[in-house]
Amino acid sequence: MSSAVNGNRALQELEQQVQTLLHRDRRNLTMVRLREKGIFVGLIGCGLFSLLITVAIVFVLASETVTFFQFPEVTLSNFFLSTDWTPLLGDTKSFGIWALISGTFLVTAIAMLFALPLGLVTAVYLSEYAPRRVRNTLKPVLEILAGIPTVVYGFFALMTITPFLQWCYSGFNVYNTMSAGIAVGILCFPTVCSLAEDALQAVPTRLRDGAFGLGGTRFDATVRVIIPAALSGIISAFLLAIARAIGETMIVALAAGSRAQVTLNPGEEAQTMTGYMVQIAGGDVSNFGIEYYSMYAVAFTLFAITLSLTIVGNHIRRKYRETYD
Amino acid sequence: MSNAVNPAPKATSPPLRAKPTPKLPSHVSEMKTEENNTGVACNAIEMQDLCSWYGNFQALKSISLNVQKNKVTAFIGPSGCGKSTLLRWVNRMNDTIHTARATGSLHMGTLDVLANTTDVVDLRRNVGIVFQKPNPFPKSIFENVAFGPRLHMKLRRSELIDIVEWSLRKAAVWDEVKDRLHAPALGLSGGQQQRLCIARTIAVGPEILLMDEPCSALDPGSTLAIEELMNELRKQYTIVIVTHNMQQASRCSDETAFFFEGELVEMNKTQSIFTNPNNKRTEDYISGRFG
Amino acid sequence: MSDTEPSKIDHEKSDPPEKRATRVDKGATAAGQSSVPFERPQLLTTDARIKKDIRFRRMCIITACTSILILAFLLGSILTAGIPTLSWTLLTGSPEPEPENAGLWPALMGTLWVCAMCSLLTLPLGIGTAILIEEFTPRNKVAKKIFNLIQLNITNLAGVPSVVYGILGLTAFVSMFSLFDKSENSLGPTFEVGAVYYDQFSNLASDPFVDTGGADVPERFFLLPVESRNAASVVPRTGMLAYENGESGLTQVDIIAIDPLSEQPSTDPDQLSRTIDNQSTPGRISENQWYYLRLPFGRGVIAGALTLMLVILPVIIISTQEALRAVPATLREAALGLGSTPWQVVWNVTLPSAVPGIMTGSILAISRAVGETAPILIIAGIVYIRSAPQHLMDDYTVMPLQIYNWTSRPQEEFHNIAAGGIVVLLAILLSFNAVAVLIRHRMQNKLQ
Repeated sequence: MSSAVNGNRALQELEQQVQTLLHRDRRNLTMVRLREKGIFVGLIGCGLFSLLITVAIVFVLASETVTFFQFPEVTLSNFFLSTDWTPLLGDTKSFGIWALISGTFLVTAIAMLFALPLGLVTAVYLSEYAPRRVRNTLKPVLEILAGIPTVVYGFFALMTITPFLQWCYSGFNVYNTMSAGIAVGILCFPTVCSLAEDALQAVPTRLRDGAFGLGGTRFDATVRVIIPAALSGIISAFLLAIARAIGETMIVALAAGSRAQVTLNPGEEAQTMTGYMVQIAGGDVSNFGIEYYSMYAVAFTLFAITLSLTIVGNHIRRKYRETYD
Repeated sequence: MSNAVNPAPKATSPPLRAKPTPKLPSHVSEMKTEENNTGVACNAIEMQDLCSWYGNFQALKSISLNVQKNKVTAFIGPSGCGKSTLLRWVNRMNDTIHTARATGSLHMGTLDVLANTTDVVDLRRNVGIVFQKPNPFPKSIFENVAFGPRLHMKLRRSELIDIVEWSLRKAAVWDEVKDRLHAPALGLSGGQQQRLCIARTIAVGPEILLMDEPCSALDPGSTLAIEELMNELRKQYTIVIVTHNMQQASRCSDETAFFFEGELVEMNKTQSIFTNPNNKRTEDYISGRFG
Repeated sequence: MSDTEPSKIDHEKSDPPEKRATRVDKGATAAGQSSVPFERPQLLTTDARIKKDIRFRRMCIITACTSILILAFLLGSILTAGIPTLSWTLLTGSPEPEPENAGLWPALMGTLWVCAMCSLLTLPLGIGTAILIEEFTPRNKVAKKIFNLIQLNITNLAGVPSVVYGILGLTAFVSMFSLFDKSENSLGPTFEVGAVYYDQFSNLASDPFVDTGGADVPERFFLLPVESRNAASVVPRTGMLAYENGESGLTQVDIIAIDPLSEQPSTDPDQLSRTIDNQSTPGRISENQWYYLRLPFGRGVIAGALTLMLVILPVIIISTQEALRAVPATLREAALGLGSTPWQVVWNVTLPSAVPGIMTGSILAISRAVGETAPILIIAGIVYIRSAPQHLMDDYTVMPLQIYNWTSRPQEEFHNIAAGGIVVLLAILLSFNAVAVLIRHRMQNKLQ
């Protein structure tokens, strides 16, 4: 009994003590608020830095491109209409961007020929058909594929794919767009696959159940219901993959060759925009010469193309996303 | 039997809260002196014509009511009637919802709660809130309770330990957790977690406790424990509870306000609301005809 | 027939598809042959659809297997070429022109320097930006527009090819918009801190025309401090402050300066070894402190780190945003309800809960920086670097660049050591990945 009384007294003391504590001066908010403001300004700075990057890209590329067009050898009509890209030939310099663009698009087209169908089908398999165990093993494998540096793919293209192609058909050059395209395709495959899979996964189970409830097979559900519902996500995945293929550098620098030409023959070499930039940066052309500035003009073209693809892709995903809530 | 049932030691303790303490924030101390001078229970919260919108949807339509000091006030009504919205305006938790805005007046003493200049941080120190789902931080039990005091006060370790013990005792969860204060809070049962959240809230030293359906995610046993706890806490705090459960409102509240579709239909002493409602809709609701 | 149908819907069914296919086929033939009276004709169409479904499933499996095979083939071909060339020399040697002596050490250290600097710069910036967007969303309409712009900008930046960042880095960090090139002297940077310049003289031992009196005098080099990079050459005098670069850094030496055409040097071997021809032309060398800083940055480590920062910043921002979004809103509300300021909520509640997610994303982003070649190639070019970088402005090369360099040479032997380099690089990246997966796994376990 007495211990209970002691306990009560102890409790009362605790109560008193805590009440005085709680009624003591609270921490002054001025300092807290000042710190809060400081941190907020810092964070705003971080946010504005990312805007600054974009501004800097546009500013640098635009101003140096203007410098490029101020050279007497360069004309706008030559740049936009010619298909000869021979900036390193002493007297007959020609800057027809179409030669580089066609090379880029040839490599991209070959890459997409492999990456898009394979990526989509694998995404459908992973999302709709695969047992969970298979899914759990395949997803990390895809992530590893996505994490391999592009120079490794370049090595693979030059050392494995090209000899294989030459073994199949002797018409392939040592440097050819086919092998570069295949390697870029392998590179883009995980991108397509995981983005498309995300889009398919975002389709609510209700729709699947609806399709099954009407007696559809898994194939019916996938082709008639799920893929149409996820179409915006799939298309944006495709566009992002294309943008990635266009901007891919090391593979084409190693495997696609360095002769800029307009060709549709995948066995021949063709220089891409990125390949040209690497050639200029890695070679020993004089800084601040016309070749040096041509690199900026090419970079600007590349930036414009990839940025518009990214914007369109993100726009499609956001605007045409089906929402089910 | 839980230790909260026996009110003996606390009944004998002096009404500490009534002691005038000049160091309190202005609006709070003012309320206190008023009560001391008149000896009449005064209003802790006063609302006039409070309207609230989420985007274009009007959630509250011209609410005028007073919440009395050191009483338990229950807000009842069917889902979506605006009772939680109203509760969340009292300590401006609605600020986290970007489309939410309010007009009218909501005063606590002299403090204009809805004014732009009102310091929400200061406000929320004095108006604690307990949410529907127990949401302890993924930290130890001790750290959970110590979180608020650490933010607001400069304390020695021993003082912090005192506050934690006191809060856990007040929240009637001390006996269950005193041996594992440094165990993760997420390892507790739902009812214990909710009481821990109450302890966490009162550790800051608030005047008013807002409870947003605190028992709706709990089993009956835990609900009973929380209700007993509220019975204890009403001695020191003004409590506003939002509930779906009319039995709960009738069991533990002094005043009850019935809301329907954003309007305050009726507010009265709990007993008269449940025995003799003035409004037909109130009667229909409490007799279970809808809601 | 009807009982095989639901199994199509079952996700977890572990039957191999072939087996199920034959079962369905059998069912189909049975349905066709035995004329069970209540078998409805519609089931035949179902049958065709099921066959189509099975064919599609097979195609899917074949495709998935193909992608695995390609990966296996890729890794296999590189491993078979690379593993035999793995050696201690490859890890610790410098990239000599002979393949059998060539090594990766400078590139390895270059990667370490550049990526460590890059993470130090990027993590605070990226996490800060993500916190700003996720946790400090404003109510004000104009501010909201700006936030949306920042968000949109980040998604778009993530799609910019890394080679374009290289071009930006070339202008912004390497030459700094040519802002500092206004001086006439184009040899060195305009502004520098932490560099000490010396004129280097050799003693008379190397001069074949000086009569040393038959004594065997070792060749020694003396450093005489000068004021700046562009100061005039020192004319050495006896008793001037001079240093010799020895094992334990610089040691002060008493030098004797003579004009060998008019004076006869002492024959004492010790004095002779300290004697300098005061008519000789010195070489200008510099010693850079660890804090050496110059503007513009030139092709130094810091320029590489800043450029890679541009590449991985959007990646880190986006992954951090995802990690922050995964923190339940109830925790934020609880902390706010206790009277926390927004930053206190972030610092005490949101960030600690999001740390595993942020770490996973950051590790993956940094491993991307490790493997990134194009921007570094653009800003640093292909240079022959024999030693690891010593300070932030030092020249460097990184592993993927060295691999590119070796791959683009015609000799077979270089291709093999390139494969060896790739094996080392992949080992590093895979260990990064493993750590990230481990963290994620732990996080998932914790949540369950």
